[in-house]
Amino acid sequence: MVHYIFRRLLLIIPVLLGVSVIVFVLLLLFSPEQRATVFVTDIRQLHNIQAVIKQHGLDAPFYVQYFRWISQVFQGNLGWSKTAQRPVLEAFFYFLPTTAELALFSAPLIIFVGMHLGTISAVHKDKPIDHVSRVFSIVGWSLPTFWLGLVLLMIFYGYFSGLLPPEELGIKASLFVKSQEFIRFTRINTIDALLNGKLWIFVDALRHLLLPVVTLTVVNCAMVMRIMRSSMLEALGKGYVMTARAKGADEKTVRTKHARRNAMIPVVTVSGYIFALLMSGMVITETIFNRKGLGWWWANAATQLDIPAVLGAVLFNGVLFVLTNLIVDLLYAYFDPRIRLG
Amino acid sequence: MISKILKKKKGLKRNIEPQIKELQFALGRIRKSPLSVIGLCIILVFVGIALLAPFICPPQHPHEPYRIPRYGYSMTPSPPSWEHPFGRTEGQYDIFYGVIWGTRTAFRIGFIVVGSILVIGIVAGSVSGYYGGIIDEIVMRIVDTFMSLPTLILAMALVTALGRNMDNVMLALIVVGWPAYARLMRGNILSVREQTYVEAARATGISDFGIIFKHVLPNAIYPLLIMASLDIGAMVLIAAALSFLGLGAPVGYADWGQMISFARNWIVGPPGNPLAYWYAVTIPGLFIVLFVLGWNLLGDAFRDILDPKIRRK
Repeated sequence: MVHYIFRRLLLIIPVLLGVSVIVFVLLLLFSPEQRATVFVTDIRQLHNIQAVIKQHGLDAPFYVQYFRWISQVFQGNLGWSKTAQRPVLEAFFYFLPTTAELALFSAPLIIFVGMHLGTISAVHKDKPIDHVSRVFSIVGWSLPTFWLGLVLLMIFYGYFSGLLPPEELGIKASLFVKSQEFIRFTRINTIDALLNGKLWIFVDALRHLLLPVVTLTVVNCAMVMRIMRSSMLEALGKGYVMTARAKGADEKTVRTKHARRNAMIPVVTVSGYIFALLMSGMVITETIFNRKGLGWWWANAATQLDIPAVLGAVLFNGVLFVLTNLIVDLLYAYFDPRIRLG
Repeated sequence: MISKILKKKKGLKRNIEPQIKELQFALGRIRKSPLSVIGLCIILVFVGIALLAPFICPPQHPHEPYRIPRYGYSMTPSPPSWEHPFGRTEGQYDIFYGVIWGTRTAFRIGFIVVGSILVIGIVAGSVSGYYGGIIDEIVMRIVDTFMSLPTLILAMALVTALGRNMDNVMLALIVVGWPAYARLMRGNILSVREQTYVEAARATGISDFGIIFKHVLPNAIYPLLIMASLDIGAMVLIAAALSFLGLGAPVGYADWGQMISFARNWIVGPPGNPLAYWYAVTIPGLFIVLFVLGWNLLGDAFRDILDPKIRRK
């Protein structure tokens, strides 16, 4: 086990190095003036950009520049984001709670809905219910996130006049949240509302969350469903399922305890990719529903040529993906005796 | 029928008989699955629209057929009428013209991007899998790195860096898309490489290039083709998302994603008539959905046909 953990930790080094090289190559595609903004930590430096270029040697050979840049990154200096009006690293923590909240509600739903549809589909292979759930997942997969979000808004915000509005909170709730009475523990609205015992804020936050969560779930659960269906089909054909049936276990136990548990393994393996998919979805969903989270910030940064923020987004997602996969693999190793004891 | 023709050419028959059987089997399965027939029909209709675009909507500016004609400068969309069957969106761009010529844009993006990543992926994957060793290690680490970044976010960053236009969107999608193909191809090559027939070919003294092309590729390429058909839809979706964010096509270019972004401010109508501008959002969106759905249905059917784990059970 220790040996495995050590080997697994070593494996993340080349990927992290690669991510940093990609970000650096992206950086080199910009002009020295544009690149200089990455080194700016204070808005006043923007007025004298030539000095910054000289100071950081942005006309030096690329390998020299790379080591200078990476040492800045390790010191946590990712530059000044003009769209967020604060340094990039600080902006991450500023925008993170809104995105975390959306992820907290949609990720479990994506996995739950996807797994159930996949299981049902596999158990009733080639029956009408299988066709219906497959069509649902293919149609969901084909829907552009931005269009689905807009159509949902058109119906539930426009037609049902303000039933499920965009943004994070209503006017009354957002004023109260900013007031002295409301203590911000996590800056995640729903959790803070519960901790403060303010049920009406919780309900208000949920009302604003419902449409983005539905949008993300419909579009993304197809992938989970597809993997679950094929791995469940495979599991149902395995010897241990036959054994379970032969010894007289009822069909429900065979499906849930014997087949599904084993069929879930591939889904767990790709959870890193599901996470990456979710982050891509965040950019669109937050833009549409005007929720000021990481995705909203990155979309704005890209359209307004806020280079430090865009590069920071790539770096952040790379690191996040590597860490998610690491955790998944370690948990996996812990629960799978073949790896734990091997 | 195909086998009848082949019976006449006996010399040919011995060589490609398995492939022909495979093709017959595949065609039979496609005909039996209603979903794939629907998918195929959708794609054929879109092919028709793309080919006939100059006749359905003769361009106003013959040198720039992708420029959507404007009929006025008012921001408020105008409802469908005889002259403008789908109405006019924000800035009075004709929606009908936009979606018809947008079909061409979608095909162009899909074919160019997926064609390029297929070639790059096959070359990188074959070299990596066939030679192994240090080359394999380097290529696979590059692949790992690219695959650890969310597609849309990396594409966004690339378009920001390269500058906003259609060519750079396609370039960004190619950069983002090839690693998955390289990895799949490498895996296939690895499993095929050790087969006896490849060893036999090597013994006869054919060059590496010949072995890869004549013996390994034909046996390893099917999974890539499935992925390609699914990816045509996916790539068009990402390109549309970039356009929607304002990072893709220039303003007024016939592109579905951009037409939806025009409609963004008009999802809620005036008081009393909340769905007044439904056409501005719904129509371009339906075109994207149907296009992507067509490719996905087709790719899904291919997958069931070609997946040896599920087939023939």
